[in-house]
Order: sequence, then C-alpha cells, then structure tokens
Amino acid sequence: MKDLYRGSLVRLSASSPEELARHFARWNQDTEFHRLADDRPARLLSEKKIKENVEREQFSKDPRAYRFSICTLAEEKFIGVVGLVPEWAHGDGWLFIFIGDRDYWSKGYGTDAMRLIVQFGFLELNLRRITLALNSYNTRALKTYQKVGFVVEGVQRSDGQREGVRYDGIYMGLLREEWLAQQEAK
Amino acid sequence: MLGIQTQLFEAQDIRFGPIDHETHPAVESKWTHDAEFMRLYDLKPIRPLSPAMVKKQYEAIEKEMEEDRNLFYFTIRAREDDRLVGKALVEWIDWANGNGFIRLGIGAAEDRRKGYGSQALSMLLRYAFSELNLFRVTAVTPAYNDGAIRLFQKFGFVEEIRRRKAINRDGEFWDLVSFGLLNSEWREQAAA
Repeated sequence: MKDLYRGSLVRLSASSPEELARHFARWNQDTEFHRLADDRPARLLSEKKIKENVEREQFSKDPRAYRFSICTLAEEKFIGVVGLVPEWAHGDGWLFIFIGDRDYWSKGYGTDAMRLIVQFGFLELNLRRITLALNSYNTRALKTYQKVGFVVEGVQRSDGQREGVRYDGIYMGLLREEWLAQQEAK
Repeated sequence: MLGIQTQLFEAQDIRFGPIDHETHPAVESKWTHDAEFMRLYDLKPIRPLSPAMVKKQYEAIEKEMEEDRNLFYFTIRAREDDRLVGKALVEWIDWANGNGFIRLGIGAAEDRRKGYGSQALSMLLRYAFSELNLFRVTAVTPAYNDGAIRLFQKFGFVEEIRRRKAINRDGEFWDLVSFGLLNSEWREQAAA
C-alpha cells in the first residue's frame, strides 16, 4: 500500500490547535495572502478565538472537512493547509488549499500538496469528482490546478470586488476517470 | 421621482407573505412527501417531514433571518384564497461582494404551470436588485430540471458553470448547472 500522506516535497499531517492558531494569526496579517486565498473581507481574530474555532472543528464528532497541515519534508515546517469537504450523496468533494508562508510560494510545495489531497479524495474518500473555485486574479493558483489536471468548468461573472474592480470566480473540476487515466499514463 | 409606490410583494395571481407557523407546516409537510418535487427543489438526500419537523425548520429559518441577516425567505400565497403555494428565497448573501443565491419552488403539482413561478421569480429579482441592491444573483439547478432552466433563461440568466456529472440520481450522472444574472443586465431588460 502506498503512503497517502507523503509526497516528494511535503507531507500531510495534523497540528495542535495552539500551533494552528499561532500560524493563522500571523498569516492573517498578510492581506495579499488573504485576498489570494479568500473572497471574504480580511479580518483579524485573536489567537484565542482562532484556537477555539479550530478546537470546535477538530474535536467535533463528525467534522465536515478532511483538513490537513502541509509540512515540508526537509525542515518539518508547517507552511499551509489543504483539505476536502465531501458531499457524500453525490460523491463530490470541495477542495481548499493555502500556503500561508510566503517563502514557500511558487516552489512546487502547493502542487505537491494538491497531488496528495486529490489522491486522498479518490483513493481514500472514494469521491467521483472534486470541485474547487478561485478568484480570477490568482493566476498562480490557476496554473497549479491545471498542472494537477483540473479543468475550468465555468466562470461566475463579476463574482467579487477588490480595490473597486469586479473580478470573476473561476470554477474547476476533476473527474475520477480523468484522474485515473492520468495516473495510468505516468 | 423615486418610484416607491410599486408594491414589492404583490403580483397578478400571487403575493409574498411571511411564514404562518399555524397553518403552513401541514401544507409543506405534504410537499416533502412528494419525492419528485423534492428532487427538483433540493440536492441533498430527501426525506419526508412531519408537520412538527417543518415547524422546527420554520423556527430555524426565522432565527437565521434575524441573527445572520443573509437570508430573506418568503412564502408564496395564491391571491384568490391566500393558500400557501410555494416559497422563494435569497440565501447565502455575501454583502461585501454583493452576491446572493436564489431559490424557489411551487409545492403542489396542481399549482404548477399557472405562471406562479414566473411571477414569483419576477418579484424575487426585483427584491434582490432593487431592495437588497445586490450586484448579481446566482441560481443552481441540476441539468434534469428543464422547468427551472427554461424559467431562468426566460429571465435573461446566463449559463456560467457546468459542474460535470456532479449529481447522481438513480445511478445516472447529471451536470450541475449554475446561472447568473447581473443587476445591470436586469435593469437593461426592465428598460427595454
């Protein structure tokens, strides 16, 4: 059996609520990061409040999301979060990912984490497809998702507004059969 | 002149009203026993609800409207006798970006194909664009819901997203289609 949690640059792991809260509080200060990862208004929560939110999610009986910390293999450094929210009845999963530590942008860490979470979705959760959405100005993310095999399924026009400018929401999907064919071709 | 005389909740054959906690639970309970209707109205696995369960849901809806302020829920009544014929709502409103999702349903088979849905959508759009001042609205429906798709197209919605094979019904796979209408597009139509 393969090690589902281990990639070539990163591994999927779990962090304590304290560790997550400490990092999130720091990453939240970086509004460029926030605006790439999210379409809601930036806000600053206390470490205490973030920790309570994380605990509620981690210790709930039936957590909606399969959420992992992304840790580098080389330095064992916690650099971001990736996860899936399955819609069980239809076998669709919503994917989310962010690399909060800017030193690890554009170096393949996100792509490696994406490959792991997609594999987890299809081989462990047995999903039929995976869905994700991004802000249209996040061109780096778009390239990463395409590299992993996601296809643009549509564009939500004028979905949001930043700095007075409307931007689109891009929706992407990856079907199980597409992913399997891609694995065979390797 | 600011045209505030237009009644937002009155149409030719229907009107929007609030929830009636006494009489509506029994009516809506009946709708939830109609599997075909529920599979058109909702993507989640369906289940029949007793009037008591519907009553609980109504309380949750009104609580959410009061506390979160991103849900606007209307019951659709027939003007002739004020009976409950459906529901129409704007939900998951994202105020910072001016987005909302809309949804409507006409519950009983004998009340469909009478233009109620069309009149309700017309009022709902006016509410979303002229009262809530949203920038755009989104409507999501499985590709098998021909009635909904025709209705959205009639109102000028643009097909924006097709999540391929996202819906599994009876072992068959259907696309989940997402439609969008911008406030500016709605205004142009109204002017034309």
